[in-house]
Amino acid sequence: MTRRDTLAVVFFVVVAVFFVFSALMMRSFGPSADPNDTDYFNAPMDDYIIDNTQSEAGANNGVTSVVFDYRGFDTLGEATVLFTAVAAVVLVFRRLKK
Amino acid sequence: MIFNIPYLAVVALILIGLYAVLFRRNLIKIVIGVTLIESGVNLFLITLGYRKDSVAPIYTSNPNVNQAMALPVPQALTLTSIVIGVAVLALMLSFIVHIYRHYNTLDVRKLGGDEE
Amino acid sequence: MSGMSKIVKTISNVTFPLIMIYGLYIIAHGHLTPGGGFQGGAVVASGCAMILVAYGSIWTMGKIKEKNLSVLESLGALFFIGIALFGLIFGAVFFNNFLADGGVIFGDHVISGSTAADFNTGGVLPLMNFAVGLKVIAGLFAIVLVMAYATTRSSGGGKE
Repeated sequence: MTRRDTLAVVFFVVVAVFFVFSALMMRSFGPSADPNDTDYFNAPMDDYIIDNTQSEAGANNGVTSVVFDYRGFDTLGEATVLFTAVAAVVLVFRRLKK
Repeated sequence: MIFNIPYLAVVALILIGLYAVLFRRNLIKIVIGVTLIESGVNLFLITLGYRKDSVAPIYTSNPNVNQAMALPVPQALTLTSIVIGVAVLALMLSFIVHIYRHYNTLDVRKLGGDEE
Repeated sequence: MSGMSKIVKTISNVTFPLIMIYGLYIIAHGHLTPGGGFQGGAVVASGCAMILVAYGSIWTMGKIKEKNLSVLESLGALFFIGIALFGLIFGAVFFNNFLADGGVIFGDHVISGSTAADFNTGGVLPLMNFAVGLKVIAGLFAIVLVMAYATTRSSGGGKE
């Protein structure tokens, strides 16, 4: 095996061991939403969004009001990325006039 | 350990994608490996936002008034990440078409002029 | 690529309006049900890709040039930014939701708690859903059309 292959195997084994150990040591899936339990997950920003999305944004869908109203700047950046990708693909396949 | 199965699924997806990127020679198989890594990261973002016995954060005519709801912000960030993944995949595939026209091969070890 | 047989063309003629109605429903009801601009735009773009496969890329490029698709996509992006800048006039904040509880259009008041859905609510959100949906449809269809047309064997092959 070449030097590149042995380096790739070592890197893969190190990353695999690191990922498996960190997945086993994470908190358990689905913390409870009741403040009296032991593994209570405190999320004040999302609780504020869920409570006030009908009066401020005027929509029943919490995810859409986050995407377009509370965090509209991220959607603007994503629309720019999509536009740039389409422009680059059309540019790569242009036809040179001979 | 039985309660960490979504996180183990994320790790499995990322490791299979990393194997395809490191140890395969065909260019299209490398692109499939990159897409698998992105799918694993999106799944990880969504599983961080689940609370126990919760439903989607949408107000319907539900008779249970004290229903807990999942967090909406990780789902919004995952939407952005999926769209960016589609854009990167389109660009990678168009570059592969261009490379095939120039070199007439899809083997990644025969590209480039400076083999040792 | 060349088109497929007459049976495939007839069936895709029948199925394409159904796919388009389903995708436009997902775009239009983005503020009430799961969905929105990006998801519905991907559904309609898949239907357009089905038409491209059934009729061949040379015929489709002859009917729909990619200049028209780029005009549509730019219109969607300009509409999205225009609505965001309009909020700057009405409330001194970028991306201000100036149509919620307004009463002009899409401005009914929403009762808090578990209520049935009312389509006339939402403020600025349905307009932004339409703009982003138009942008995604035109963008994804342009990508698929250009890549299918440039890899045809008899179309010159582009840059050699």
